[in-house]
Amino acid sequence: MSTQETLFELSPEAKEIRGPSAFGGGWRRFLYLTWMIGLTEYRLTYFGSALGYLWSLVRPLLLFGVLYVVFSQILEFGDEVANYPVLLLLNIVLFTFFTDAATRSVTSVVENEQMVRKMHFPRIVIPLAAVLTATLTLLLNLVAVFIFLLGYGVGPRPEWLLLPVLLAPLVMVTAGASMILSSLYVRYRDVAPIWAVLSTALFYASPVLYPVTSIPDGFERAALMNPIADLLTQTRRWIVDPSAPGAFDVIGGLPWALIPIAVFLAICVLGLVVFDRQAPKIAEQL
Amino acid sequence: MPGRHAAVDVRDLSKTFRVPRQHIMTLKERALHPFRRAQVDELHVLRDVSLQVLDGEFFGIAGRNGSGKSTLLKCLAGIYKADTGSIRIAGRLAPFIELGVGFNPDLTAHDNVVINGVMMGLSPAQARGRFDDVIAFAELEDFLDLKLKNYSSGMQVRLAFSLMVHSDAEMLLIDEVLAVGDAAFQQKCLDVFYALRDEGRTIVLVTHDMPMIERFCHRAMLLENGRVEALGDPQAVGRRYLELNFESRAEVPGAKTSGTGGATIADVWIEDDEGQRVPAVAHGQPFHVRATIDVHERIEHPDVHVSLTTDAAVHVFGTATSVGGDKPDAYEPGERLVVDIAADNQLGDGRYFVDVSVHRGGIGVAAFRGRAAQFVVFGAKAETGLVALPHTVTVERELERVP
Repeated sequence: MSTQETLFELSPEAKEIRGPSAFGGGWRRFLYLTWMIGLTEYRLTYFGSALGYLWSLVRPLLLFGVLYVVFSQILEFGDEVANYPVLLLLNIVLFTFFTDAATRSVTSVVENEQMVRKMHFPRIVIPLAAVLTATLTLLLNLVAVFIFLLGYGVGPRPEWLLLPVLLAPLVMVTAGASMILSSLYVRYRDVAPIWAVLSTALFYASPVLYPVTSIPDGFERAALMNPIADLLTQTRRWIVDPSAPGAFDVIGGLPWALIPIAVFLAICVLGLVVFDRQAPKIAEQL
Repeated sequence: MPGRHAAVDVRDLSKTFRVPRQHIMTLKERALHPFRRAQVDELHVLRDVSLQVLDGEFFGIAGRNGSGKSTLLKCLAGIYKADTGSIRIAGRLAPFIELGVGFNPDLTAHDNVVINGVMMGLSPAQARGRFDDVIAFAELEDFLDLKLKNYSSGMQVRLAFSLMVHSDAEMLLIDEVLAVGDAAFQQKCLDVFYALRDEGRTIVLVTHDMPMIERFCHRAMLLENGRVEALGDPQAVGRRYLELNFESRAEVPGAKTSGTGGATIADVWIEDDEGQRVPAVAHGQPFHVRATIDVHERIEHPDVHVSLTTDAAVHVFGTATSVGGDKPDAYEPGERLVVDIAADNQLGDGRYFVDVSVHRGGIGVAAFRGRAAQFVVFGAKAETGLVALPHTVTVERELERVP
């Protein structure tokens, strides 16, 4: 039997199918999908258990309790830091968001193997949905933190309205890291244990337990090369203690301040580029 | 009926997988051997595949395991990126290639319907708006609050099917759908296929199930080792598929030889009416069972028996040279016999084996070959049994009961 047949005309609106990509398939669908998957994952994480959402609060609170007792009561650290307990709690909630989102993302693509191998959709939805899930948890936790702040006597201030300015870059740098981690994990499974170690190291290297002003002179600048450190430092000034110096001052003005900004942009751009390059092959490599 | 415009146009599509010998390469290995390339096997899964699917056509893609049919479907769906060649598609394409992809077992039907709708490109509000229709079609009104993991597999597929029917997609790509479900459910699936086809949706179906292809598809394609082996009429494609399936197995399973050695059954085969050796015979077509026999010793009052058996060793049909009136006193040493049995094919669909034996005047068997050849019968109209008798069916309905 011949395989040569008459060729029929293809409608001029026909689209070329170019295979999977990080984005692609329409922005509307991309946004809806990220929202639905992120929200669903959030509901499944907390609504399936008896205490529900409380669990997402219990974890940072427990960590806070332990660290507070160890540092404030046993090591007697933090006496010279104004409002140390609330600063510690806020830092923990913010940093937990970063590690929670990135840790969810690492395995996210592999865990959604069925979808990746059987459906066409913008691949970047998967890590972004994981970040969204963590963001929803963060927002609810922040409500608790602010109640705690008011209870502690840290009054509401106009600077509190700047919170989104702090959260937006935090979510962006988290998304960048998540994209890098999730796409690398498809090929290199060592990424998971490496990330576990790295995130612990980052926890102590970032000014979570201590304010950046407690770092010996000359090292603050090095610590602030990490954009998360800058965000935490600025958060302290705007939210907890207006007398504390801002990140811009601590790092020492303009030429130096460009470094964390460059690191921040590099992580975001690298995340997009790495994921975009990996996206067409993810389905085959699973 | 399919239109006159192409909905899918695939030109010279090739896809090669580079599969590392040891799949997961760790960073440690990379660090220790930075210049060693991972050893890879190249699998040429698709080679220069070209095809067109017409607007509103039900198009079947068949092929054996590893022939590349699922890879082709994934390239069409945009899940894999082709190496070379082009794919152009006109019309909205359903994004998934299997039913129920993206179902979350921990969610209720409602949540799953909404998420699936969003995956298909609806807004959450639109997806919610279609919920009632989807549930009604799937007949799942009584199970709305049940998590999907508590659904039976049949209920899950019903939901998935219903979503597919209620999607806006003009073109559906489907990979092996009917693996689950009981007979009643499968019947419902078939009804859905008929409905989709009559609605004029373009459907590309990948399946092993040849009767499905012959029943539904306007046209079909057969892939073999990543190449287009046949394209066009579903019946012809189905026949080629069966041929491929059996001609590659030169060894017939369960073949055995015995006898006293007075003769050797050299060869047994099936021929069509034109003298071509064939592995498959269409129902209703004349065919021949032929055997060559070398005689080594004098065999008095010989009789050659030929019988057809099934996989389950059921004896379906037997005949002998004596039946044909050939009753010689003896076969002499050095003789070569060619036995030819011409028959009309009234067998039902399935695989049959040929047993041949040379009997020596009622006192023993000079040579026996069990399962000396095999062939496949296809195209029988009724799905009856071992034989499909030529028949007609009529029903008379009388208003008055006969006393």
